[in-house]
Amino acid sequence: MDQKALVCIGCPLGCRLEVTLENSEVLRVTGQSCRKGKTYAIKECTNPTRILTTTVEVENGFLEVASIKTEKDIPKDKLFDCIKELKKVRLTAPIHIGDIVVANIADTGVNIIATTNCEALDT
Amino acid sequence: MQEYDLVVIGGGPAGLAAAVAAKEQGIENILILEREAKLGGILNQCIHNGFGLHVFKEELTGPEYAYRFINMIEDKFIRYKTETMVIDLSKDKLITAVNKTDGIFTIQAKAVILAMGCRERPRGALNIPGARCSGIFTAGTAQKFVNIEGMMPGKSIVILGSGDIGLIMARRMTLEGAHVKAVVELMPYSAGLTRNIVQCLDDYDIPLKLNHTVTNIVGKDRLEGVYIAPVDENRNPIPNEEEYIPCDTLLLSVGLLPENELSKKATVKLSPLTGGAEVDEGRETNVDGIFACGNVLHVHDLVDHVTEESYIAGNAAARYLKGLQKQSKKIEVKAKDGARYVVPKFISPENIETDLELSFRVRDIYKDHYVSVYFDETRVAHQKKKILTPGEMQTVKVTAEMLNAHTHCNEISIQVEKE
Repeated sequence: MDQKALVCIGCPLGCRLEVTLENSEVLRVTGQSCRKGKTYAIKECTNPTRILTTTVEVENGFLEVASIKTEKDIPKDKLFDCIKELKKVRLTAPIHIGDIVVANIADTGVNIIATTNCEALDT
Repeated sequence: MQEYDLVVIGGGPAGLAAAVAAKEQGIENILILEREAKLGGILNQCIHNGFGLHVFKEELTGPEYAYRFINMIEDKFIRYKTETMVIDLSKDKLITAVNKTDGIFTIQAKAVILAMGCRERPRGALNIPGARCSGIFTAGTAQKFVNIEGMMPGKSIVILGSGDIGLIMARRMTLEGAHVKAVVELMPYSAGLTRNIVQCLDDYDIPLKLNHTVTNIVGKDRLEGVYIAPVDENRNPIPNEEEYIPCDTLLLSVGLLPENELSKKATVKLSPLTGGAEVDEGRETNVDGIFACGNVLHVHDLVDHVTEESYIAGNAAARYLKGLQKQSKKIEVKAKDGARYVVPKFISPENIETDLELSFRVRDIYKDHYVSVYFDETRVAHQKKKILTPGEMQTVKVTAEMLNAHTHCNEISIQVEKE
């Protein structure tokens, strides 16, 4: 049995987790203050995921760039694939929070959505 | 001259929440003054997620969190002026402001909520020797360049200080293709949240050099590199152990300072510990009818806590305007031993109907220590904490029962104890 210490990134509390592993299978998680901790510990030991937040360029908008995010967490090793794909994207204003910017980014099955509103310069 | 019941100075998360709370308590005549073109404050450039877990029970990015409140402001028909700079505030709550459409104008308020936020400590506050070249930015300035202007300030980066904005920018610059060579921290621990060390540095193999500082800056027109060195226990650089790191950009994430220039003009008494006003449980300052909340009061780690504090200030301002606030004996709250500061500084038991949360920061890292609350010499609360770090704000509850049981108490104190 292995012990692994993790810091939960589920929220800014940053609970310090103790994970008991056997043959890379999670047996026990302690130290969490909510159920997110256990979910995070299991994911982190088997398939670590992250939410990606970044910006894309905007045309005809009051903003130069619009902030966006992955709708759900995606595998950590796909972050740079997503960034690469998003470099090619240009949005046209108006943009609203929740608009789908790219569907199924980098074959993750996850959509990229806008996290800001941006009015158009001319409508 | 215009007249308002309540003027909120600053349209960031603190100001918006305070205005919403006051309006919900029935205050109709409210005005928010914001110097930027848009409400939302610093949240607009904080595009990362992790906001809102306490307040909205979901994980939002900064702009999304801001829009939740901007929408409430619009729905409640609360008035605001953007691109408006407040240039003076008197203790009689006379406000002088300026903008392009109204010119210079004055407003008489019956109550004022200070919600101006904070500023980053700049290079000038650090005394780093070396060249005065370009390429040195505060982390927040770099964040504005990248996330608002869509421009990268550099390609190879060293970050001095491990505050949250510095950590967030280490990840942001890496995602945008820059090479972040190191985060250099003078102290033996990071000033930022542990989760940001994990997801911003560890995820991208960015080294965190604790007990190190920048000792020299090299460059003619543009930054060419920095010297870093380990420090001894007195935080002085150890000679002959300097290391040169070539880089074109140095970001500074070395602390935030509450922005209280206006507060000083209004004779608001400031605490040397927090840099913000000394307030009571409703966040009222020493000046009658002037309240403060958010980062102008003390620097918070989480916007959720700013929102909660601003609701308190907004509610208290409403009670003040309705004449419900009682003038009564104030008990002083002190931070002792391991506790560095505590907010609020005063409590009037007569104005407290429910439980009260005290916010405090510790001086150092403490493992398996207790946080205790004393009413004079009597210990009334004693709570074990696995770990306490200066980077993470702590809270402790004082209940109405505790206050009722110790009405003649002269002083309440927070202490960090071994047992």
